[in-house]
Amino acid sequence: MNYMFKIAVVGDKDSVLAFKALGVDVFTVFDGDEARRTVDTIARNNYGIIFITEQIASLIPDTIARYDNEIIPAVILIPSNQGTLNIGMSRINENVEKAVGTNIL
Amino acid sequence: MAKLNVNPTRMWLTTLKARLKTAKRGHKLLKDKQDELMRRFIELIKKNKQLRLDVEQELQASFKEFLLASAVMTPEMMEEAVAIPKETITVDIKKKNVMSVYVPVMNFKRKLEDDEGSIYPYGFAQTSSELDDAISKLYSIMPKLLELAEVEKACQLMADEIEKTRRRVNALEYRTIPDLEETIRFIRMKLDENERSTITRLMKVKDIINK
Repeated sequence: MNYMFKIAVVGDKDSVLAFKALGVDVFTVFDGDEARRTVDTIARNNYGIIFITEQIASLIPDTIARYDNEIIPAVILIPSNQGTLNIGMSRINENVEKAVGTNIL
Repeated sequence: MAKLNVNPTRMWLTTLKARLKTAKRGHKLLKDKQDELMRRFIELIKKNKQLRLDVEQELQASFKEFLLASAVMTPEMMEEAVAIPKETITVDIKKKNVMSVYVPVMNFKRKLEDDEGSIYPYGFAQTSSELDDAISKLYSIMPKLLELAEVEKACQLMADEIEKTRRRVNALEYRTIPDLEETIRFIRMKLDENERSTITRLMKVKDIINK
């Protein structure tokens, strides 16, 4: 497997519209159901990285967790324009705890 | 510790000895794997944390500009301005094997269309300068954001593998190996005991015959 993947950004319109200017595919969603459908659809459609705002990600933790053990796609949380909810940070800490047993950082 | 449910025979003793040897070697190998994985994981997770801190901060600064821009421009104009991007980003993902964990290696291809000078996909006449700032900030964050994607995914996958390996190491160290050792000791004792009782029996018989 060695070919090109696309990059997607999922989030509310105000946060992600700016990404459009960079040539990243932008998907605007409003609620959890829509977000779940969108993430599942783009995960199947040759996207290698999905950036998703924490506000939206907090609505669909199960969907995010489903892609944790797969190499592709990488689902990465980013803060939205309302600030960060620290979910991304706490996910890093979770990883540390899972691997080491205690939080060493 | 529970000893295994086997017959105390010489045959079982040989089998168990072989099994113990394999278990010990497996334990050593897995332990080495765990140590090396841990070393790399800690390196990576530190990088991950730093990257995330940077990215989150910078991204928020960019969002702030964007918010200002959307305040001075009408939503329609805004959408029109960014509707047709000049740049395309694709990512080439390869797998790399790190201690039996497959982590992604991402190579990004950014391509600007026609004139290389400007990153903005719109003319300056009808847009505000805040939008320019927001987009140029976002543009400079992008490499970091993409690096974050690679590192964070690798960390996730490695954390899972480390957990699995740790369970295996512990199962071998605290369960399989002690159990085997105890059973082997038990069989040895039993065999020795049998031998002694045979000898005493023979001596007794000899005594009776001599009388």
